[in-house]
Amino acid sequence: MFSPTALNLRNRRRERWFRSLFLLTTVILVFPVVAILGTLIAKGGPILSLEFLFTEPREGMTAGGIFPALLGTVLLVTVSLLAAVPLGVAAAIYLSEYAAESRFTRVINLAIVNLAGVPSIIHALFGLGAFVLFLDLGTSILAAGLTLAIMNLPILIVATVESLQAVPKAFREACWTMGATRWQTIRMVVLPNSLTGILTGIILAVSRAAGETAPIMFTGAAFFIPVLPESVFDQTMALSLHLFVVTTQVPGVPEALPYGVALTLVGVVLAFNALAIGFRTHLRRRKKW
Amino acid sequence: MTPPSEATEQTPPAAAIRTRKLNFWYGSFQALFEVDLEITAGIITSLIGPSGCGKSTLLRSVNRINERSGDVRTTGTIEVLGHDIHGERVELARLRQKVGMVFQRPNPLPISIRDNVMFGYRLQNPANSRNKSEQEEILEGSLRKVLLWDGVKDCLGRKATSLSLEEQQKLCIARLLPVKPAILLMDEPCSALDPQGTEAVEELIWELRGDFNILLVTHNMAQARRASEECVFMLMGRVIEHAPTVEMFVTPRNPQTSDYIEGRYG
Ligand SMILES: Nc1ncnc2c1ncn2[C@@H]1O[C@H](COP(=O)(O)OP(=O)(O)OP(=O)(O)O)[C@@H](O)[C@H]1O
Ligand SMILES: [Mg+2]
Repeated sequence: MFSPTALNLRNRRRERWFRSLFLLTTVILVFPVVAILGTLIAKGGPILSLEFLFTEPREGMTAGGIFPALLGTVLLVTVSLLAAVPLGVAAAIYLSEYAAESRFTRVINLAIVNLAGVPSIIHALFGLGAFVLFLDLGTSILAAGLTLAIMNLPILIVATVESLQAVPKAFREACWTMGATRWQTIRMVVLPNSLTGILTGIILAVSRAAGETAPIMFTGAAFFIPVLPESVFDQTMALSLHLFVVTTQVPGVPEALPYGVALTLVGVVLAFNALAIGFRTHLRRRKKW
Repeated sequence: MTPPSEATEQTPPAAAIRTRKLNFWYGSFQALFEVDLEITAGIITSLIGPSGCGKSTLLRSVNRINERSGDVRTTGTIEVLGHDIHGERVELARLRQKVGMVFQRPNPLPISIRDNVMFGYRLQNPANSRNKSEQEEILEGSLRKVLLWDGVKDCLGRKATSLSLEEQQKLCIARLLPVKPAILLMDEPCSALDPQGTEAVEELIWELRGDFNILLVTHNMAQARRASEECVFMLMGRVIEHAPTVEMFVTPRNPQTSDYIEGRYG
């Protein structure tokens, strides 16, 4: 009575088929990631040391450490986040919570989504024109950080708007019926419940800010500077650019060095992400979010 | 001659809610037509009618939550306890505190039971966080009022969303009480609950009668019969009949009402 019919059997075969197919694609996708990380660790791991991380390059960047580049990347990412996160989140709150649905806001939303797809070299040129020349910041950490911020704003706004709108309407109605204003609703219910999504946007932004070369090459990063920056108005080295330089521009670099730089870059991104997640945990605990 | 005293102005108006020629549109779709309604103060009035007839829309007009649904338009007037809610000096936050709402799906906030109940109170008294004993009193009083205190008094820090649906719905009523509403709008408050939960919440609503003016939307004829003193029947955005519940169910004046009550509409 309960034995499978021909149709059941066919469905069962199909089921197995699709299962294997999805498993296969996952493996195919995971493989490069594991391979890249594995190569980086195998080839770059041995060169990593406190000395490598915290001393300056020597002998035309073929020896010594990478500290100026490491510090530069940390500073650039920090400046870009300090500028982009408050602005992006505020703009997203306006678009999602305050702006009435109209042709105007639809156009703005469309513009932002499209802006997220603009190649970074365009942002680089914009940064050069707007920050370096027009605002007269010179090629500096500040100019480069702001350029990275502009590049990341659309991604942040889109990610934040999406996570704000994912907060159930029922939560908002609960607030309204107790007499909460829009801002009270946002602060006490909407933001806490969309923190994870906003954080995803921030993590994406960090990765892009740390990894991009073009935007900072025009606006604040240099091939080689023998001294550490003293303020945000100085130029700086950066890991991404340094990686490009030691891989392609300088002869006689030991094989392990570029891998060491790449591994450090990955480490910096991971460290920023860990910081973001730690920050969320802290907020949750403190406000019982 | 006695001078016209202030008392005459302050005697409570007979109607808790009064609408006059109320029309309501979602975009170009008209959901309410010329609604003239007087909800008597101090009793439970139930609002019945087939799905889509505008019961929720009418309810959500009274605390002006509908205005957040995008492109909407209202004409006509609504008075709550004699005051025009569309007046220029009306503060939405105050209106919504006076006119509390309970929704179809229990919607406690994903925070602790305590914070849910005290949410409205804290909005109203931001500076009063020192006065712990008063807060505890209000917390206990509100939870007692909804017959929830004994069940949750030992786990007030628990997430409200982990309660059973019945408890969640009671909590959603309890959290309205600290801001001292005069009117409770309930939009099918039992429809997400099992029979036992329904009975418990119905009992609670009956308990609250007299302290609040209650307007109760329901799909359940038996519930309307049991739980309300007056009954309003709506059809396609219009009020068809408004009468004491007993009368409406025994001798409906309008043939459409009797058709509905006897189950000839969906
Ligand atoms: N946000 C909205 N936008 C457009 N139309 C809406 C909106 N909300 C409700 N409507 C329409 O307005 C009419 C009345 O809806 P309402 O929710 O008030 O009905 P109801 O009587 O509460 O029905 P139910 O018993 O199913 O809850 C329906 O035809 C519905 O499709
Ligand atoms: Mg409804």
